[in-house]
Amino acid sequence: MATPELIAGAEPRLRPGSLSGRRRIGEDVVKGVLALCALVSVATTVGIVIALFVPAIEFFREISIVDFLTGTNWSPLFEPASFGVLPLVGGTLLVTAIASLVAMPLGLGAAVYMSEYASPRARGIIKPAFELLAGIPTIVFGYFALTFVTPLLRDIGVPVDIFNTLSAGLVIGVMLLPTVASLSEDAMGAVPRDLRDGAYALGSTKVQVATRIVVPAAVSGIVASFVLAISRAVGETMIVLVAMGQQPNLTFDPKEAAEAMTAFIAATGAGDIPTGSLEYKTIFAVGALLFVMTLVMNVFAIRLVRKYREAYE
Amino acid sequence: MSSIEPMTLGQIAQEHDEVETPKREVVFAVEDLAVAYASNVAIREVSLEVYKNAVTAFIGPSGCGKSTFIRCFNRMNDLVPSAKVTGNVLYHGKDLYADEVDPVEVRRRIGMVFQKPNPFPKSIYDNIAFGPRVLGLKDNLSDRVESALQRAALWDEVKDRLKESALGLSGGQQQRLCIARCLAVEPDVILMDEPASALDPISTTRIEDLMHELKREYTIVIVTHNMQQAARVADMTAFFSVDVAPDGGKRTGILVEYDRTSKIFTTPADKRTEDYVTGRFG
Ligand SMILES: Nc1ncnc2c1ncn2[C@@H]1O[C@H](COP(=O)(O)OP(=O)(O)OP(=O)(O)O)[C@@H](O)[C@H]1O
Ligand SMILES: [Mg+2]
Repeated sequence: MATPELIAGAEPRLRPGSLSGRRRIGEDVVKGVLALCALVSVATTVGIVIALFVPAIEFFREISIVDFLTGTNWSPLFEPASFGVLPLVGGTLLVTAIASLVAMPLGLGAAVYMSEYASPRARGIIKPAFELLAGIPTIVFGYFALTFVTPLLRDIGVPVDIFNTLSAGLVIGVMLLPTVASLSEDAMGAVPRDLRDGAYALGSTKVQVATRIVVPAAVSGIVASFVLAISRAVGETMIVLVAMGQQPNLTFDPKEAAEAMTAFIAATGAGDIPTGSLEYKTIFAVGALLFVMTLVMNVFAIRLVRKYREAYE
Repeated sequence: MSSIEPMTLGQIAQEHDEVETPKREVVFAVEDLAVAYASNVAIREVSLEVYKNAVTAFIGPSGCGKSTFIRCFNRMNDLVPSAKVTGNVLYHGKDLYADEVDPVEVRRRIGMVFQKPNPFPKSIYDNIAFGPRVLGLKDNLSDRVESALQRAALWDEVKDRLKESALGLSGGQQQRLCIARCLAVEPDVILMDEPASALDPISTTRIEDLMHELKREYTIVIVTHNMQQAARVADMTAFFSVDVAPDGGKRTGILVEYDRTSKIFTTPADKRTEDYVTGRFG
């Protein structure tokens, strides 16, 4: 075979010589614009953190942080004011736990069904139904909980209050189901076919392939979907405001009314309280705590995933 | 590169050819098999017999349906929704595609090793133990794991790191791990679809040596692109080719010739086989 240089009449190649070239201006501009995009989101996050923590820190100048975090009585707006945040934290955790108990197993089950069992036809029906569910405004879910789920629970003999944590939690769980299902399904869909084939070739049944190969290999994506679901349940506002109530209540009984942290923030913020007052700063203190709780949970989840995942790359 | 001399392959094949071929027990009898993906017929009119304790090789140009065909023996094609298998595959006289046959039971007896090593993202031990656990064979699991690794000639290399991830092994070790994984459930037949095509020559030789060992206990069916490999390991060889419809449209895989390996590489009956094994085609 002739090498290119030996082809008669061919143009000479670039000669080795000076290797310096002109700067490519366009390249710099693109890089600058892209960096700006990244900067905007970082700056926004930093801005939010500052806006949240400055009033919160001022709040803790007046109220002991220990009293805030350990107190069991929350009545910041009435005399004598009391700033024990535990009833709100308890309300948020209880409603989140109920929502998680609905969204995680059902979402994971739906994801396994869609990725391992469903025919293309069944998938063609379920996927749009989930997208529809994900598109419903939360206020609609809130009233659905209050006017449908709560009466339904009473009809089937669960003695719930008008406002109660159970309906709110159940409905948040249903709302989050599509999120868990679709993110988990994406993670399972990314598990290489090879691995499934290998397991089937050893005489595994479908259930065994799903539970012993696909789910373990997709566990980081599945846990990520769980974490997102929990974060959204913790941050969910409308449903808890409408259906769970606004009575700070340190209880583990989901049949009773209670108040979630977000519901307090929304309700109090919507009322007329003077900027800079203690009540005003209370909102930020609760908001900052919410932020820290979500952050801690995310970090914890990332650690957990790193430890247990079966990476296939 | 010089083309491969037919005599060389023939000599290789004759080296291990058993002089008198006793009437062997038939493990698979394939009768007029065809596989179609939706409306595309990938392979048709295949009839052949696979014998016990022998290595049977399928060779032929890319796309002639070798993988499709070998996947019929353990019903892996069931996992491809568009695939449709017609004809019969008799396994010890029983039709593998009869209604009452459970593909899971079939795969428990007929193991498979794939072209690309596909260890599970688990420890070496858990990889080998996977099959026995799935089958509920929980007694003496660690003995079973050790024996499978021994037979796959991998034990000495991994015995101190059984708890480590299988993904940390080299490609050749991973493929022997996959063979060991298959042996751990004591199958009757081992199917291998180009098991050495992603490996270096030394790993390839090890796997070929292994096949010579394993055929004493198992029946082995192998797809290979490498004719030297077929000549070295196989007792019987089937040559497949692509039949192009007269209008130049549909391409279908067909079985051209099936015989003792030494015969295929020295005195093939079909001109197309001769062209292929002498490197004049494909
Ligand atoms: N899952 C599938 N869906 C549709 N068509 C397929 C599928 N698998 C294989 N085919 C088609 O069937 C024909 C035979 O493919 P097959 O993989 O069996 O060939 P092969 O002989 O193994 O080729 P190679 O030597 O390249 O591995 C090809 O035309 C291929 O495109
Ligand atoms: Mg193939």
